[in-house]
Amino acid sequence: MIEALSYEFIQNALIAGILVSLASGIIGSLIVVNRMVFLAGGIAHTAYGGIGLAVYFGLPIFLGASIFAVIASLIISAITLKERDRMDTFIGLMWAVGMAVGVVLIDLTPGYQADFMSYLFGSILAVSHFDLWFMGGLLAIIVLIMTFWYREILAVSYDSEYASLRGINVKFFYTLILVLSALTVVVAIKVVGLILVIALLTIPVYIAEKLSTTLYMMMILSGAFSALFTLIGLWFSYEYDIASGASIILVSALTLFLFLGIKKIVLPINIFKLK
Amino acid sequence: MSKPIIEIENLSFSYEKQTVLEDINLTVEERDFLAIIGPNGGGKSTLLKLILGIKSAKKGNIKTFGKKPKKNLSKIGYVPQNTNVNINFPIKVIEVVIMGHIGTKRPLFGYAKEEKMCAMGVLEQVGMERFANEKIGSLSGGQRQRVMIARALCAHPQILILDEPTASIDIDGQKQIYKLLKDLNRYITIIVVSHDISVIMQYANKVVHINKRLTNHEAQNFKRGVTHQCNHFCEVEMFNLFKGAN
Repeated sequence: MIEALSYEFIQNALIAGILVSLASGIIGSLIVVNRMVFLAGGIAHTAYGGIGLAVYFGLPIFLGASIFAVIASLIISAITLKERDRMDTFIGLMWAVGMAVGVVLIDLTPGYQADFMSYLFGSILAVSHFDLWFMGGLLAIIVLIMTFWYREILAVSYDSEYASLRGINVKFFYTLILVLSALTVVVAIKVVGLILVIALLTIPVYIAEKLSTTLYMMMILSGAFSALFTLIGLWFSYEYDIASGASIILVSALTLFLFLGIKKIVLPINIFKLK
Repeated sequence: MSKPIIEIENLSFSYEKQTVLEDINLTVEERDFLAIIGPNGGGKSTLLKLILGIKSAKKGNIKTFGKKPKKNLSKIGYVPQNTNVNINFPIKVIEVVIMGHIGTKRPLFGYAKEEKMCAMGVLEQVGMERFANEKIGSLSGGQRQRVMIARALCAHPQILILDEPTASIDIDGQKQIYKLLKDLNRYITIIVVSHDISVIMQYANKVVHINKRLTNHEAQNFKRGVTHQCNHFCEVEMFNLFKGAN
């Protein structure tokens, strides 16, 4: 294991894993408390259209996927703010159309076709320096926005009607949360793939939510759990030669079940104490 | 006894083609305790939203403190109808209360000391100071309702508007809430939308019934009318009384 750490691609994978975990811990918390998990799923799959676009035109994958995902999030935001009750229909539509566009564009690309599976299930061992800068930059932006606008984002997430009464621009912050979700989904695709993104954005967050009394505590805990699961998952992936994305998700899910089991045993004791 | 702080004249409002409020005239004076009653879908919540400036009227005039409602966001405290949403949200009681401050000056990060002090002050006022650092979801419905009242009080409003404040609370909790409102009414104006007619009778000095149109009653006359017709507080008959007045 130790000698593995001397390979550059392993080092890159570890750095990428931690950067993406921290970003997805923060944004995943926002997605979960805002009940946007389905939206994030829609954005992730729509992003596949962007991957197809990037492959077809020979652009960097992150760029194509980001553009597509951000446009998707803007459309979703506009629909949600206008026609809330039709939202699931539109998301389902974008989900499928995005995937279809991606598949067609990759089919149309002449020559060697980029490995289809790597986008669906992640390719953290193929992270480039550019990818790392992209992930680091995104994390920095997210942290900056969260420290500066924490109160507004908290207010909009907890009670948007009341927030608007206090003069907060709810539409702006709602859209901001969605755009940041879109960009986070794009970098998380690199680590676990677009099918498993939802698990990375929800499992560590769910555990953290149960242990937190404040939103920022939930974000920090989610990031920490996520990083831990990613590192353990990567170790399993290396040791047993299995797909990294799936390995990370299974480690997360296993921990979740353990956590829920322990909680069930410990909870009655807590109630007893309260009496 | 005092000057009008909410003036509504010939106000009408409709969603698409459906008229919700028609030709409403209402004056609320300082330190009134106004109860708004009426059937579901009768336009009670819409009227509140017009007063708050969330919605704007298409016909007629509505003024709070002599100006358009949107200019007076900070002078009106609002307690929304459903306080049971987002119960699992990881947020402390005191953070919810400080939310009432948003929109005023604030520090770059975190919460200012004065904001925390102020929040503790209003929590004390509603008897919830011991719960300041609890997660909001761990409180009972009645306790959560009091926290929401504290949040509304945080901005030191001159009017407090509550939409069905006791809808999901047991009877003891309801009494506590109304007692608290009565105390607050010594120095601020209270407007309550409610179904609990018999409870509100003991506290309100004005009662209006809204079902598209508004029927005005001084609470005392209304009580007299009720006791004339039947000797017990029967809500069905009370509603019929209002309908007769319509």
